[in-house]
Amino acid sequence: MKPPRVGIIGIGQSEFKPKRDDANYPELVREGVTRALNDCQRELKDMEAVVYSLAPDALLGIGNAERLGVDAVGARNKRFMRINTGGATGISSVITGWTHIAAGVCDVVLVAGADKVGESGDSQTILNKIWDPTYERALPLGTITMLAMSAVRAMDKYGMTEEDMARVTVKARANAARNPKAHLRKTVTIDEVMQSRYISWPIKLLDACPQSSGGAAMVLASEKYIKENKLDAVWISGVGHCSESYYMGDRMGNKIMADHADAHALGQSFLRSYKMAGITDPRKQVHVAELYAPFSNTEYHSIEATGVCKLGASMAMMREGYFDIGGKIPINPSGGTLCTNAIAVSALVRAAEVALQVWGRAGDHQVKGAKLGIASGNGGDHQFFGTMVIES
Amino acid sequence: MELMKRKESWNIGYDHALGETASYFFTQVRDNAQIYGRRDPKSGRVLVPPRAFSDQTLEPTTEWVKVGPGGRIEAFTIVYEEFKTLPDPPYAFGYVLLDGADTAIGGFFRGIDLKDPAKAAQLLKLGTRVMTRFADDRKGSVLDFWFELEKGGNKVKSVEGEPVGGYE
Repeated sequence: MKPPRVGIIGIGQSEFKPKRDDANYPELVREGVTRALNDCQRELKDMEAVVYSLAPDALLGIGNAERLGVDAVGARNKRFMRINTGGATGISSVITGWTHIAAGVCDVVLVAGADKVGESGDSQTILNKIWDPTYERALPLGTITMLAMSAVRAMDKYGMTEEDMARVTVKARANAARNPKAHLRKTVTIDEVMQSRYISWPIKLLDACPQSSGGAAMVLASEKYIKENKLDAVWISGVGHCSESYYMGDRMGNKIMADHADAHALGQSFLRSYKMAGITDPRKQVHVAELYAPFSNTEYHSIEATGVCKLGASMAMMREGYFDIGGKIPINPSGGTLCTNAIAVSALVRAAEVALQVWGRAGDHQVKGAKLGIASGNGGDHQFFGTMVIES
Repeated sequence: MELMKRKESWNIGYDHALGETASYFFTQVRDNAQIYGRRDPKSGRVLVPPRAFSDQTLEPTTEWVKVGPGGRIEAFTIVYEEFKTLPDPPYAFGYVLLDGADTAIGGFFRGIDLKDPAKAAQLLKLGTRVMTRFADDRKGSVLDFWFELEKGGNKVKSVEGEPVGGYE
């Protein structure tokens, strides 16, 4: 049985920046909320439930910051829940909002959050704490080192090069230059990426995302509500989640079920979304994608997880411009997570950007004729994945 | 207008219980300089580091299996950037599939000159054979052991007690 259609009626995003000294955390949450409500001509009192998008507390430095954010989203006397699946938090939050409506419990739901990663300025120290204190915490693991190890395996398995990685950054920055909401908007060349300093080999400074501050929100509504109020909407036609097991060392070695080079569980999540949306040939049916890729190398395994090409085939397609704006399937036309990473809402922005694309409202980074798009979020130690299909 | 800031820090102590399986593993590392895995009876896979249950079959593990000291590199990175509270760069670490194990365990790579990133990365490439080395003064921690190249390369002398591999 197909679940009832759920529409996206309002979208709000900050202009993401390294710091926002003019706004404290709840004020930044409110910024995204106000913009999303204005976008659909609704008020806070119209929202029946709030899903709160908030990644690990320590990134913000406020324990259970959803307590503080509750007034910014007007949740008093309403259904309210906080979602945290690490980097996938934002898309998991949108999917949770979808669930409220698809279940027939609510007609209008607000999904909102914000992050101020720049206030600690040391996300890798914080993210080291997501590793098990029993066996792994003593090692200097963080998301950069963890995904550098994925890159090393992709180099070995598929011949991915550092130039291939640089090409992702060059594309992302060129796209971000066209997106006024993006944090890093300066275009760069392959040489500039190659000459930037190593952070965690083979990941260099320009292969890595920034630590961004900003808020984002989305208003979801039932088909009935949208028709009754004669609202404009785009539609969430498929959602999925999939999880990987904990140990990175289990994604290498003998008789593995998933290789750390790849994003196996992300692929499974996409299959679930496609099944719901009736997508059988993503290469033909998908017009645009916003894929959560905080480091250049991870865009490749994310593209391959969408099923638009075989494992290891995305590097050659990238070289041919297949994934550029103006290419066959533009990937991250907003500049993506590589140019803007306010972790709590990064995956929400992926969904929001796809919605704007299929709505035809993406401005200078609009993909011509985009009617169906896909979005993803990755969280934990390459572990929790959420995906979505959005159609006009 | 003047925009103000407030400095805050979190510094919280914990005394994490490791449980029976990990306690046995670390006791063997500390007392006998020996690494053990746990066998999943259903699949036969030997899980290193050892766990009380399998991530794949979800069955309880049943048998201790000695693994190593030799092994092969399955993943690595070389860190050149300083992160607060993490070791001083440069250092190399990654995952090794120890002989007799089916999953890889994390550890530092030492005794390798990391000055030239491309050369160091070539020495650490996947599949390279390594040997587990143990500290003389062991405390029951994953830092009691590390990996060195089995042979060749631009091997530099590793210094006892030095937390990570570094420059020549």
